[in-house]
Amino acid sequence: MAGLELNNLYDDFRDGKTLQAYARIIAEDAAKLERPINIMEVCGGHTHSIMKFGIPQMMPENVNFIHGPGCPVCIMPKERIDHAYVLAMQPDVILVTLGDMIKVPGSNGSLQDARAKGADVRFVYSPMECIKIAQENPEKKVIFFAIGFETTTPMTAVLLDQVIKQNITNILFHINHVTVPEVMVELIDSRDIHVDSYNNKIDAFLGPSHVSVIAGSKIYEKFPKDYGRPVVVSGFEPVDVMEGISMIVKQFVEKRCELEIQYKRVVTYEGNLNAQKLIETYFDKVDLFRWRGLGNVPESGLKLKDGYAKYDAEVIYRDVLPIAEIEDHKLCICGDILRGMAKPPECTIFGTACKPTTPIGSCMVSSEGACAAYYKYGNLITS
Amino acid sequence: MCLSIPSKVVKINEDKTMCTVDTMGVQRDANLMMMADDEVKVGDYVLLHIGFVMNKIDEEEALASIATYKEILELMDEEERKRAILEDDECPARGEQYAEELETDGRA
Ligand code: SF4
Ligand code: SF4
Repeated sequence: MAGLELNNLYDDFRDGKTLQAYARIIAEDAAKLERPINIMEVCGGHTHSIMKFGIPQMMPENVNFIHGPGCPVCIMPKERIDHAYVLAMQPDVILVTLGDMIKVPGSNGSLQDARAKGADVRFVYSPMECIKIAQENPEKKVIFFAIGFETTTPMTAVLLDQVIKQNITNILFHINHVTVPEVMVELIDSRDIHVDSYNNKIDAFLGPSHVSVIAGSKIYEKFPKDYGRPVVVSGFEPVDVMEGISMIVKQFVEKRCELEIQYKRVVTYEGNLNAQKLIETYFDKVDLFRWRGLGNVPESGLKLKDGYAKYDAEVIYRDVLPIAEIEDHKLCICGDILRGMAKPPECTIFGTACKPTTPIGSCMVSSEGACAAYYKYGNLITS
Repeated sequence: MCLSIPSKVVKINEDKTMCTVDTMGVQRDANLMMMADDEVKVGDYVLLHIGFVMNKIDEEEALASIATYKEILELMDEEERKRAILEDDECPARGEQYAEELETDGRA
């Protein structure tokens, strides 16, 4: 057998002809459907691929997408961003975070604004860079503002593991890790309530691939079983997404309701057990985590275990951190978008007052947010 | 936040906490601490995320899906051919058109 070639993986999973071939298979199967189906892609990585490669235009009329809450930046409520801002403004603190977090507006401004006011806010590619920053600044406290789903939680755990093993005393953590299955339950419940007004309940899920690389496909088992919603864990490449959709449509045609893995090349039922062990060592579930636009979702967030409180910035800076819940700008409909009840162009300030350069809501900030994806690739969308 | 381009492990450091990977010709370092000991070897393909090796890419599965895609394509091509022939057969104007062609060819 010929070995694996990088360009195989890269080109073949983006091949236009294969996409078209899948589009035809989907169309043929969808013709046998008794009613239209709505597929929610939970993850922003999928939304991005779907928009970038024009997948909605390849779908038959009776297969619809509902964009999910998908991205750790998009779901961060303002009060957590305010925490980051307040921490960054503390004397002798270096606030470190990942990705697009730095641009998300909080109620006092974004982390970028904090930086403009003199705060030391740093954006890193990997959490491990905190160690170097801490070593270079022994007189300062480095606070890692940790974000992300199951995907990035073990990286934060590795960092803490190293902090303890290397006896580093100036790294603290502000934990904002959230978990996907809990919010999927919340979405099903809240949409079922609204189903009359929106008439498009979630029929199936395209499961986030990277979450399952770590947590395994097992975390979605209850959805086909207890909620009657098939889940297909799919990769991010456009051909992966098309195959995943095709697998979902086939399930409906054949009247099956199962958990399947499309992304078998990296995802297993069990996931990365070593990473799961790291998470269990350092994290506990919180009773409630407030998601932006979605409200309180039971057991959907993580915090450091009590035994590690001395590394927990939320405990140490308890007195200065605001506790009020803060709502979004009243024109911003990110909440509905994150629930899949509205599409970005339905927002009255989409593309006008709110653009990637001047974002009002975080769905426009994050490159994986639905508003940003529509803004960037929306001209490809005809309907 | 997520990149899903596969990388090939080209070197593993002595303490096995870090490795060097090649991602489409670009070399960079990646953290191995999320993987179990000795799980990753030089030559393996891995998935990276924010500087960490998240998991190995199963070579057989990857090749199998590529093979499936190729099969679908071939199947499609064949179907396409069949469909074209069928449509052609059903075309009521076919006879006339053929005759016309022959005429302009000057052979009729
Ligand atoms: S898998 Fe990646 S893109 Fe998807 S939600 Fe997680 S971090 Fe975001
Ligand atoms: S366009 Fe901007 S304001 Fe409107 S929903 Fe999206 S992020 Fe919010």
